[in-house]
Amino acid sequence: MTADSPVPSPSPSPAAPGLSGAGVEPEILTGSGAIIRSLELLGVTDVFGLPGGAVIPLYDELMTQDAIRHILVRHEQGAGHAAEGYASASNRVGVAIATSGPGATNLVTAIADAYMDSVPIVCITGQVFSTLMGTDAFQEADIVGITMPITKHSFLVKRPEDIPAAIASAHLIASTGRPGPVLVDITKDAQQNKAPFIWPPKLDLPGYRPITKAHGKQVQAAAQLLAESRKPVLYVGGGVIRARASEELLAFAELTGTPVVTTLMARGAFPDSHEQHLGMPGMHGTVSAVLALQEADLIIALGARFDDRVTGKVSEFAPHATIVHVDVDPAEISKIRTADVPIVGDAKDVIADLTVAYATSVKTTTPDISVWWTYLNGLREEFPLGYSEPTDGLLAPQYVIKRIGELTGPEGVYAAGVGQHQMWAAQYIKYERPNSWLNSGGAGTMGYSVPAAMGAKVAEPDRVVWSIDGDGCFQMTNQELATCTINNIPIKVAIINNSSLGMVRQWQTLFYDGRHSFTDLNTGHGSAMVPDFVKLAEAYGALGIRVTSADQVDDAIKLALATNDRPVVIDFIVSRDAMVWPMVPQGVSNSYVQYAKDHAPTWGEE
Amino acid sequence: MSSHVLSLLVEDKPGLLTRVAGLFARRGFNIESLAVGRTEIEGLSRITILVDVEDLPLEQVTKQLNKLINVIKIVELDPSQSVQREHLLVKVRADNTTRSQVLEAVTLFRARVVDVGIDAVVIEVTGDSGKTQALLRVLEPYGIKEIAQSGLVAIGRGSKSITERVYKN
Repeated sequence: MTADSPVPSPSPSPAAPGLSGAGVEPEILTGSGAIIRSLELLGVTDVFGLPGGAVIPLYDELMTQDAIRHILVRHEQGAGHAAEGYASASNRVGVAIATSGPGATNLVTAIADAYMDSVPIVCITGQVFSTLMGTDAFQEADIVGITMPITKHSFLVKRPEDIPAAIASAHLIASTGRPGPVLVDITKDAQQNKAPFIWPPKLDLPGYRPITKAHGKQVQAAAQLLAESRKPVLYVGGGVIRARASEELLAFAELTGTPVVTTLMARGAFPDSHEQHLGMPGMHGTVSAVLALQEADLIIALGARFDDRVTGKVSEFAPHATIVHVDVDPAEISKIRTADVPIVGDAKDVIADLTVAYATSVKTTTPDISVWWTYLNGLREEFPLGYSEPTDGLLAPQYVIKRIGELTGPEGVYAAGVGQHQMWAAQYIKYERPNSWLNSGGAGTMGYSVPAAMGAKVAEPDRVVWSIDGDGCFQMTNQELATCTINNIPIKVAIINNSSLGMVRQWQTLFYDGRHSFTDLNTGHGSAMVPDFVKLAEAYGALGIRVTSADQVDDAIKLALATNDRPVVIDFIVSRDAMVWPMVPQGVSNSYVQYAKDHAPTWGEE
Repeated sequence: MSSHVLSLLVEDKPGLLTRVAGLFARRGFNIESLAVGRTEIEGLSRITILVDVEDLPLEQVTKQLNKLINVIKIVELDPSQSVQREHLLVKVRADNTTRSQVLEAVTLFRARVVDVGIDAVVIEVTGDSGKTQALLRVLEPYGIKEIAQSGLVAIGRGSKSITERVYKN
């Protein structure tokens, strides 16, 4: 699917030639040496990991080379999310290494996360000696079995000669078609034993044939529907970012004049500043984006999967819309909503084909979507994104996030945790380019942000990388600040500290009569402030700043932007009563989108 | 609910069966029968699965099975367009007073006796599930001591082969 990753073919082209030339005896390497050489030849330059008994041979070899930078994390989950952040920020494959047993199981959350969000990562785990497998040996876990439902594929390698093919296959599978996590579990004896290193290896993947080029007839049918539609909308998902199809999307949207909505996973796929962009749809989407989908007569879904957070009650979602569904994964098409025109293919190719096909269609059909635009522009004007100042006199979290975006600009990278701050970061930062917004969309993994930001900063060292985190999320993975300080990875962390598990608290406020059961974290205003995030930052060698009022916000952000010799943590003490609006309550039709509490928009009934 | 017979051409790799079964288990679908065996191509196995599910979720499972890297091809075999067989071994009580009646049932069903003991016989029968179930009903009054049943195996009628389009070259 990508230009610089190997196209699915029987064997990948080697990154460096001449290693197995005719007549030259192949080099004899240990399995560990083969792992590293394979990664190197695949173009991998950075890996995140933590050693343990079953990967000591691999780590021993890592020490003897300098082609691959290894970053020692403090928890394997951090390695997994760092690999994800690395991949999401750069579109290159992220790599994480862990030992057997608990090392491997600590990767599970990150693997599940990568599976849900189609992130191309390769996880290499050590396994106990092949002779001990299945005996409950020390630090043994059946990690291939454990991760089977959450990996795109996995390999169990017990012989050193099988290593190059396993690593190359894993890299290929992770990065092509619909990307995803691939696990390679390698026994300790396979790492220790020696075998001739043959490159490129013969890849035996007869069952792996991702479809990238779409059916021409279907594409033409979709273009014709668009030309005839009076209320079309482009429903853009994360697949457009994974397929690097933003340029094609921009051309297609501008040629057709179609309104665009970008899902949580697709923020940045289409510039927020663009006139045709209505914003994010879904549970916390803009009113105009939610209703554009809901009232459309044609939805062209591009690399999107009709997630329940987008559709609301599925049976009442977009009742009048014809559906064109473009996805590289045939299993996504008609999974939730039946597609009238299913198109299996890579978004980059399909969107380009659609653009050409549309140009043909408009020769015979005159599109007219002016009434639709008048309606949508009216919604935009009447219901812009906005928030009200908190009544408790504390900082508005939306203001903090908005200023971070404005002072940093669109070239920055923003990695969010999960919860209210994630939604505000999706809403109030203006994204102009793909791969600038990283978050845990499908899995909703609290703790994603700090390690993902770390991975992104390693992949894109010249960019400013923000972790926009919550006080709950931050406490799950902040140990990676040590990794950042020691390895000179100067990320900036903005803790949106509302002293609570804010999104759960919001639901308790709205749907559970304000019964705030176990959502108080005591980290913020008027509490014991445990832990003290500023002291914690300092303990990790980071610059710690506390901000409690609006007039301190800009100075703190500017200081953070100017500090690049160590990580920065800003503890923004914000109001805990701020809520994420608009909101479509769970399990109801998107037509019931609420702009603010007890404020539903009125719109023309059909 | 309706019964479906899926035939999967797969690579013979460790863990493959778990991957396949996992996609059914994830949805709480019960696999009614499963048969795995070699094919005419080395390294390839064929799995025949009998499941009782609605058409729509089955389509989704089929698509996801197709995504498994080691799955090469999947076809659903229509009963009218395929031959479907299961193999049954049944141990029935049969002494001097009942043996002749049991043997008569065996003959009627074109089954075979494959082991004889003082007070029991082992019978084997091959057929579709209607036939095997009917035999069991007839044998039941004599006392069924033990049953071992294979999964359903099935193959399409006519000259076309599941492997030929995949491995033309």
